[in-house]
Amino acid sequence: MHARVTEQAGGDYLSDGYSLRSWLTTRDHKRIAWLYLVSITAFFFVGGAAATLIRIELATPQGDLVSSDTYNRLFTAHGVIMVWLFLIPSIPSALGNFLMPMMIGARDLAFPRLNLASWYFYLCGGIFTLAALIAGGVDTGWTFYTPFSTMFSNSHVILAITGVFIVGFSSILTGLNFIVTVHTMRAPGMTWFRLPLFVWANYATSVILVLATPVLAMTLLLLAAERLLHVGIFDPALGGDPLLFQHLFWFYSHPAVYIMVLPAMGVASEIIPCFARKHVFGYRFMAYAILGIATIGFLVWGHHMFVSGQSVYASMVFSILSFLVAIPSAIKVFNWTATLYKGRITFSAPMLYALGFVGLFTIGGLTGLVLASLALDVHLTDTYFVIAHFHYIMVGGSVMAYFGGLHFWWPKMTGRMYPEMWGRAAAVLIFFGFNLTFFPQYLLGYGGMPRRYHSYPPEFQVLNILSSAGAAILAAGYLLPLGYLLWSLFYGKRAGPNPWHATGLEWQTASPPPRRNFEATPTVTREAYMYDPVTGRESPQ
Amino acid sequence: MNGGFYLLPPSASDAAARYDILMLAEFLLTGFVALAVAFLIVYFSVRYRRDSGADRSAAPVRGRRLEIAWTVIPLLLFLCAFAWAAYDYAQLHRERPDATPVFVVAKQWMWKLEHTNGRREIDELHLPLGQPVRLVMTSQDVIHSFYVPAFRIKQDVVPGRYTTISFTPTEAGEFHLFCAEYCGTEHAAMRGRVVVMRPDQFAAWLQQGNASEGMAARGFELYRRYGCSGCHEAQSSVHAPDLHGLLGRTVHLQDGRTLVADEAYVRDSVLLPKKDVVAGYEPIMPSFAGQIGEEDLLAIIEYLRSTGGGDARTGH
Repeated sequence: MHARVTEQAGGDYLSDGYSLRSWLTTRDHKRIAWLYLVSITAFFFVGGAAATLIRIELATPQGDLVSSDTYNRLFTAHGVIMVWLFLIPSIPSALGNFLMPMMIGARDLAFPRLNLASWYFYLCGGIFTLAALIAGGVDTGWTFYTPFSTMFSNSHVILAITGVFIVGFSSILTGLNFIVTVHTMRAPGMTWFRLPLFVWANYATSVILVLATPVLAMTLLLLAAERLLHVGIFDPALGGDPLLFQHLFWFYSHPAVYIMVLPAMGVASEIIPCFARKHVFGYRFMAYAILGIATIGFLVWGHHMFVSGQSVYASMVFSILSFLVAIPSAIKVFNWTATLYKGRITFSAPMLYALGFVGLFTIGGLTGLVLASLALDVHLTDTYFVIAHFHYIMVGGSVMAYFGGLHFWWPKMTGRMYPEMWGRAAAVLIFFGFNLTFFPQYLLGYGGMPRRYHSYPPEFQVLNILSSAGAAILAAGYLLPLGYLLWSLFYGKRAGPNPWHATGLEWQTASPPPRRNFEATPTVTREAYMYDPVTGRESPQ
Repeated sequence: MNGGFYLLPPSASDAAARYDILMLAEFLLTGFVALAVAFLIVYFSVRYRRDSGADRSAAPVRGRRLEIAWTVIPLLLFLCAFAWAAYDYAQLHRERPDATPVFVVAKQWMWKLEHTNGRREIDELHLPLGQPVRLVMTSQDVIHSFYVPAFRIKQDVVPGRYTTISFTPTEAGEFHLFCAEYCGTEHAAMRGRVVVMRPDQFAAWLQQGNASEGMAARGFELYRRYGCSGCHEAQSSVHAPDLHGLLGRTVHLQDGRTLVADEAYVRDSVLLPKKDVVAGYEPIMPSFAGQIGEEDLLAIIEYLRSTGGGDARTGH
């Protein structure tokens, strides 16, 4: 395929300085990926702790563990942290940062200093958000709906939205960096249709980040203007329109779902062919589907507003577009399934995560169709059905894929293998814990339990207990990798450059990679995914 | 509304009956797809596991026809589902001239309801069985959402606008009323019940209690007190449109638009008189924004409704 490098001259990127300063001032995309990985993981467990408290509270119908105010602050913290500090940056900023340059045969991202600056923006925004939490929290919900957030909430709204605003810069800069990198730094022979699907997915995600995030930033500025200066933008008492906020907010926040799930699809598209030893089925359709999702994803925001009082005709347009955006998603599921056909399949930990991702994403996607159906959405919106749906997509989908990707590329990133049995056990545990947590919530939602309820009628208790029990299993499943991955850093056996016999460029260099990724710039002569299921090796052609 | 565990909420309105059939259809469709995908993944996983001796020669890497099939077939199915669901949704917002209006004002954290005869309720809504009802709703502070799971209806209640929803209760009993849009500290406590009664019982209930002279009569009082009558009555020297029988009437506007006068139109005309100026009149009306409360506005609307006009009167 290309020049295979076995000898290292300058040592790997991890031994390129050991001081804290060498890490905090690094311009190496691989080290910056680690900065993200560590900080994102920290926020994941903060957000997870809030979720745990929420599930314990909901084990009984009475609001007896925490006060209603505390509960409202908990679910807001959970939402804000998980969306902006975990889900949105997780795959692009951590895995994407590490892998994108290597996958296209580049030495780094186009703007290494900007990349480091992006992380500082992220950290700074995260600190503001944490400060809001420590100062007493925010009780608006992560959606900051007006006029509640602008005129009625007595919590630290400004501090929290400042955090989100700053994190937005990190998103935009990362997106820009990725776009320029993919356009200008591909190795010789790396044509667009030889790009790995992970690169396609992150490229499309970057376009969304660059186009949608500024809208969020402006929306938050307007919110701050109304809250601080009483400018009438959203509050009807001041002459504003509360639905305007929802339109602006969802114009960002619906594409944000695709920011979370497209990179996850990219991860699955790398793992499944590798462990099925098959060329991904319908590569071009898969790439077009990514672009299709990213494009139509911009046009469906109004499906969050079917009962808001927007016009019936607007709702119908948003509904039909929502059905349309499901088509490319369906194509992807069918193509992953077809990739397994006539494969030579091994069930390593990354593969289990990836297959789990496909299953959970399918259920989440199909229930998205139910929510896109206007009449059914009237009953189901703002209930636990919606909570179950977006957790299937965002947690079942994105987090499952993130863990899959982390396991898949861990040997590349660290040069070490983790204990395979533990990896598989965690994947299975997370899958079952996840389903037990969130499947009952579909039933709760159809039964009519509204979301964001601190106490609820007693007939909903049985399903809530099941859900809380599932959350305990899920929490154990999430803690396991923390243990064995850390263990592997010190005691894991050496991985070698390509433990999975994968075909991607990133596997053609040492593990961990040298500082400049490749000893010599590779030349690409073939498509991605040249696996041969008959021999189980790389295809000779 | 008993305390026992249930999987499905009771189905107690015309909307509920329709939505449940649609839900069943979509459940079967999506369930079939989910099972088919799951079956194929498991089947391929077993059949083509590394150690199996399955034939792997000539493994396809693409299949145009197959891909077109699994693009076009879902597309057609989705379009059917869209059309069905959109039709049912439109029913919810269809103008039903025979529907009795009930006025709802939401505030942190209670539901205030008023029937046309002036009977008021808090966190409870009594309705007659089998008779169409039209909720006219607004909020005094933040966004709330009126949600009755047994009726499968939900509608946000937005400050600064009237939102409406029409349905017919089809089963007697007591049902949950929830606030479904997060509205602050006591959001989860903003609950109530909807009581559906036989029409004769409802009629008796409606006459009890602290009913005042009726919304329309109170509205007439306010109509004079706020000075509306000074301009809008026939003997007035000011050139202002006659408001008798306004509700349900088609109104021609200065900019060429026409609309059917509903509660939201009246509200906008009082608070934002420059927004929809009636053809043939000067935009001289002052805004009453900040001077008139939601409940007074609702009473004035009810007075206007009582002044006759074709469709608006039927059903009372």
